[in-house]
Amino acid sequence: MTETRALGAIALHDVNIHFGEGKTAVQALSGIDLGIEPGEFVSILGPSGCGKSTIIGALAGFTKITSGELRVDAERVNAPGPERGVVFQQHTLFPWKTVAKNVEFGLKMRGVGKLERQRKAREILNSMGLSEFLAHYPHQLSGGMQQRVNLARVLVNRPRVILMDEPFCSLDAQTRLQMQELLLSLWHELHMTVVFVTHEVDEALFLSDRVIVLTQRPARIKAEVTVALPRPRTRDLLTSPEFVALKRETLERLLGDPSASVKPS
Amino acid sequence: MASAVHGAVAPRANATALTEQEAALSRGPARASSARYSRRLASLLIGSVSIALWLALWQLASVHKLNFFFRFENIPAPTEVAAAFGELYSAPKFAAHVGNSVRRIFLGFSLAAALSVVLGLLIGRFRVAAQSLFPPLEVLRPIPAVAWIPLAILLFASAEQSMVFITFIGAFFPILLNTIHGVEGVDRRLVYASLTLGAGPLDVFREVILPGALPSIVTGLSIGMGTSWFSLVTAEMISGQFGIGYYTWEAYTLQQYPKIVLGMITIGLLGMGSSFLIKWLGRLFMPWFQSEASAA
Repeated sequence: MTETRALGAIALHDVNIHFGEGKTAVQALSGIDLGIEPGEFVSILGPSGCGKSTIIGALAGFTKITSGELRVDAERVNAPGPERGVVFQQHTLFPWKTVAKNVEFGLKMRGVGKLERQRKAREILNSMGLSEFLAHYPHQLSGGMQQRVNLARVLVNRPRVILMDEPFCSLDAQTRLQMQELLLSLWHELHMTVVFVTHEVDEALFLSDRVIVLTQRPARIKAEVTVALPRPRTRDLLTSPEFVALKRETLERLLGDPSASVKPS
Repeated sequence: MASAVHGAVAPRANATALTEQEAALSRGPARASSARYSRRLASLLIGSVSIALWLALWQLASVHKLNFFFRFENIPAPTEVAAAFGELYSAPKFAAHVGNSVRRIFLGFSLAAALSVVLGLLIGRFRVAAQSLFPPLEVLRPIPAVAWIPLAILLFASAEQSMVFITFIGAFFPILLNTIHGVEGVDRRLVYASLTLGAGPLDVFREVILPGALPSIVTGLSIGMGTSWFSLVTAEMISGQFGIGYYTWEAYTLQQYPKIVLGMITIGLLGMGSSFLIKWLGRLFMPWFQSEASAA
């Protein structure tokens, strides 16, 4: 796993997305210009229902863009593909496959032999603390474990880009923090580009190199916050003065009102 | 990969601690099983007593030729049925009747299952198939299988074929509709997920649509099994020369009343056995579904 590659550069130029036609047409995204470096961790932050997930849908290739241009590594995106892994808010593990078989799925689709895919699946599941659950079915696991398996299923394919749509927001606070730390360590090891959609300021700042703040629907880019906090990051960072200051700044940009209350997290 | 993911230690340790705690949690239900066992035993006992009581009432009514709204004068008592049971279940002719019916069910049901599952998958998945295949089937669907009997007799050269056809019709629509319903109910996010993991159209069909629709297909099969028995017994009573339905009706015309009840019981047992078979097959092919249902 020491191979190098041109790893997941993302470019959006004046991307617009409309849903429906005529009078019922809704504009979800408006003139999005965004470039993401290979290996960068970028969060997209915005109010619920603003169209954050639409960006993920477009990058994944589910949602057709109405106008503009969207490229991943110079290639136009027009269909889903395994080089762009997706993690949804709720896990999308196949209920009829065991944990191991779920993780093997992408490798199987690529024609990797049975023994090889079993070995790879076991390896990544071991590294994520799931070695005892290879033969379990997804519904036998807790929410946090399901999302870990989900992550393993995507990462085992070594995607260049991983697209995450509020992946931890249905987990309890403690599990969420563990997942965030796990994600950071995996990202650090595997060097993929991450686009992470969230509505939580703490989460966005804790994880990212850069936070893109969106407006209400139709979503436009409202602000961009560079997170120059040192890595590797641990949970102690969350209560440090630099973090709190950055959080205040981000909240102001998000809410557009300097007097808005800053809730203690 | 192993070396690649061995970097940060802290989150790993946390993850492991969590899994142990969760593993202990998931072992919990085993303890409850002995309590559940004795509860099942009790309900089995109460059930048996209840059945025995009803049999006793029937016996009394028949012996005393009760004639109060229900006319029990020609109804055989359970003891008479039991006597006929010993004598007839061993007779080769009776076995031939049962064998005939079972063979018809097997043929008709298998054909119906194969055809309706394939059609259902196509109709559920492809718009073109839905537009072209579904309307004619919708027109035929409200016609009960039994109403097909006269036409079936005209349609086929032998009574045997028409009998199998009726069985086929009986099973066809429940399986078809449940298959379509199952395909349409497959979680779209699972299809998306499979696409982002590199699945092609055929992979989606085989790895996602088919297993996703399977619980609904099995439901269709078990409903279809019931309706095909229902249709077959009726068809045999009307136009058969063999089969358990014919046997039961013949017993009535020959005034061998204990045999009527014997035929009924046999039909019930056959229906029960075949639906048990479907359930067993379902459990065999969907180990994940059974435990999922019991976990919920």
